[in-house]
Amino acid sequence: MISLRAYIFAIAAALVVLLVVITLLRRRRLRERHAIWWLVAGVLALIAGVFPRTLEIAANFLGIALPVNLVFFISITILFLVSLQHSGELTSLEAKNRDLAENVVLLTLRVEELEKRELDSKHDRGALPGDEPGPER
Amino acid sequence: MPAYNESQSVGQVVRETLSTLPDVDVLVVDDGSHDDTADKAREAGALVASLPFNLGVGGAMRVGFRYAAEHGYDAVVQIDADGQHDPADVPRLLEDLADTDIVIGARFAGAGEYRMRGPRRWASWVLAVAISRTARAKLTDTTSGFRASGPRAIELFSREYPAEYLGDTIESLVMACRAGLTVSQVPVAMRERAGGRPSHRPFKAALYLGRATLALAFAYARPRTPAAASGSTS
Repeated sequence: MISLRAYIFAIAAALVVLLVVITLLRRRRLRERHAIWWLVAGVLALIAGVFPRTLEIAANFLGIALPVNLVFFISITILFLVSLQHSGELTSLEAKNRDLAENVVLLTLRVEELEKRELDSKHDRGALPGDEPGPER
Repeated sequence: MPAYNESQSVGQVVRETLSTLPDVDVLVVDDGSHDDTADKAREAGALVASLPFNLGVGGAMRVGFRYAAEHGYDAVVQIDADGQHDPADVPRLLEDLADTDIVIGARFAGAGEYRMRGPRRWASWVLAVAISRTARAKLTDTTSGFRASGPRAIELFSREYPAEYLGDTIESLVMACRAGLTVSQVPVAMRERAGGRPSHRPFKAALYLGRATLALAFAYARPRTPAAASGSTS
């Protein structure tokens, strides 16, 4: 059986994780879709902390000799999925960033063209009244 | 003309292009340069699009294609800002554009004395063989940055132009071929660079072989990008 200190420590650690995640969520420093994995991890840690038997039963069921290995397996899996999700989001953010940069450049070009055309038409106004160039498609 | 930190050469290249080909518009896409590439190009008489940060050649090229698509140009010629491509070759590229969608100015197809050795040469051979099969045409220089694109290619590339490493050459070609576009090549001679240093050094050659092969593999692994149905632009 585990010692009382270890028991309390496990529960406290799980509670701290949940508290931090929920606080960040409440302050909108973390969006739900990013927080979901951390919430899952915190809840699992809390369950395993409060009822250590569940961990042993689950490990036994999966044929894992040492329950602690199940803890490692689940932890690594969650971390792996989170970084995969982050890589995916990074990719889509980079693509959006590229789109925005390209749009900014094209709009800048268009503004420069319009400014130039307006300047030209101001120059021409004396010589050719009413000769406004139409907008180019 | 994509340009990244090419202030030494871009002005001269733009002036030469405009004097050799008086009927063309030159758009320099300044890919987030840290020097005065944009000013030099503007002084020389080019239209300049300055990206707020470096996107790589792929990003710069899509700006060019989108500009061309918006303004209804029927041909786009990509030419390096370092002066290694001769603007006098452009009419020959455009001539072939009547029959194919993309024309590559190829460096080792007979003209000039451009040579490569070691892994870079093997890489270029592997790429040439693989892409020639996909394109059903003999292509010897798939990584050339001297290319002409017709209306169908402009439409495709303005929607989708790979920003990955080597995406501007290898992947864009594979993408175009798989979308049903046709590719041909015209031999051109390379010149000494007017400025800037070569982007690849000998010790990087082996790494280049690996990355090029990987880029090719990914290009084939991607889902096809369909060319637009004729007449409609979505």
